[in-house]
Amino acid sequence: MAENTSSKTRKIERQLDSVLESADEAEQLAIEAARAAGFSEDDLHRIGMAVRESIVNAVVHGNRYNARKKVHFVVSGAPGTISVTVGDEGEGFDPSRLPDPVAERNLLQQSGRGIFLMRAFMDRFEIRPRAMGGTEVELVKYQGGKP
Amino acid sequence: MSAKLSPRQVGDVTVIDVSGRITLGEGSSNLREGIRDLTAKGSKKILLNLGEVSYIDSSGIGELVSGFTSVTNQGGQLKLLHLTKRVQDLLQITKLYTVFEVFEDEAKAVRSFA
Repeated sequence: MAENTSSKTRKIERQLDSVLESADEAEQLAIEAARAAGFSEDDLHRIGMAVRESIVNAVVHGNRYNARKKVHFVVSGAPGTISVTVGDEGEGFDPSRLPDPVAERNLLQQSGRGIFLMRAFMDRFEIRPRAMGGTEVELVKYQGGKP
Repeated sequence: MSAKLSPRQVGDVTVIDVSGRITLGEGSSNLREGIRDLTAKGSKKILLNLGEVSYIDSSGIGELVSGFTSVTNQGGQLKLLHLTKRVQDLLQITKLYTVFEVFEDEAKAVRSFA
């Protein structure tokens, strides 16, 4: 657990357990950081939801609820910007193989919308292999949209 | 608060008043089981009132889709009532507005099943 605060920036790090409740904690931390950074209520909802989806993916698909594995969560807020990284300790995956959830043939699929929503709600979305194994997602949002 | 379902009968339409959060875990399970129970009892006309749903994630959307598919496959209909702005936005983004019939007025929604 770590927290660095200066007058304009705030960074919080957490090693979260591989349980669904971790999504509640991360969502709340991200919303608080985004509120302090000046985002609107609608944006707070979008940021919170993107973070929730990323943590759920890390817990369910990355760490597969393995109690020995952690979810590595970092949120940084500065006036007008919020940045979140979520890392898991899973096997990694190829995002290019994900089906398009808004293609006609996939509309009635039960799952597969999480990453799509993260992309829709944030201004920057990156997914990459984590240096120590697993997958890392980076989510960034700017007040007023992408500069 | 996880999703809470309160079914009531309006003619031959089962209206389910849903409140709370529909997220992965208890919330989405409650919705899945609620729809399953009603279809098992023979309900074929189901109207989901989402007016008091404060939050829905991708898992919750998946349960709506799954419920729709399940009811439709059994020869029934599942429609949506009173979407909040945020749920409306989610259905727009995911293009599910083209799948679900959505109503703002309960009486009109109930009549649409006839």
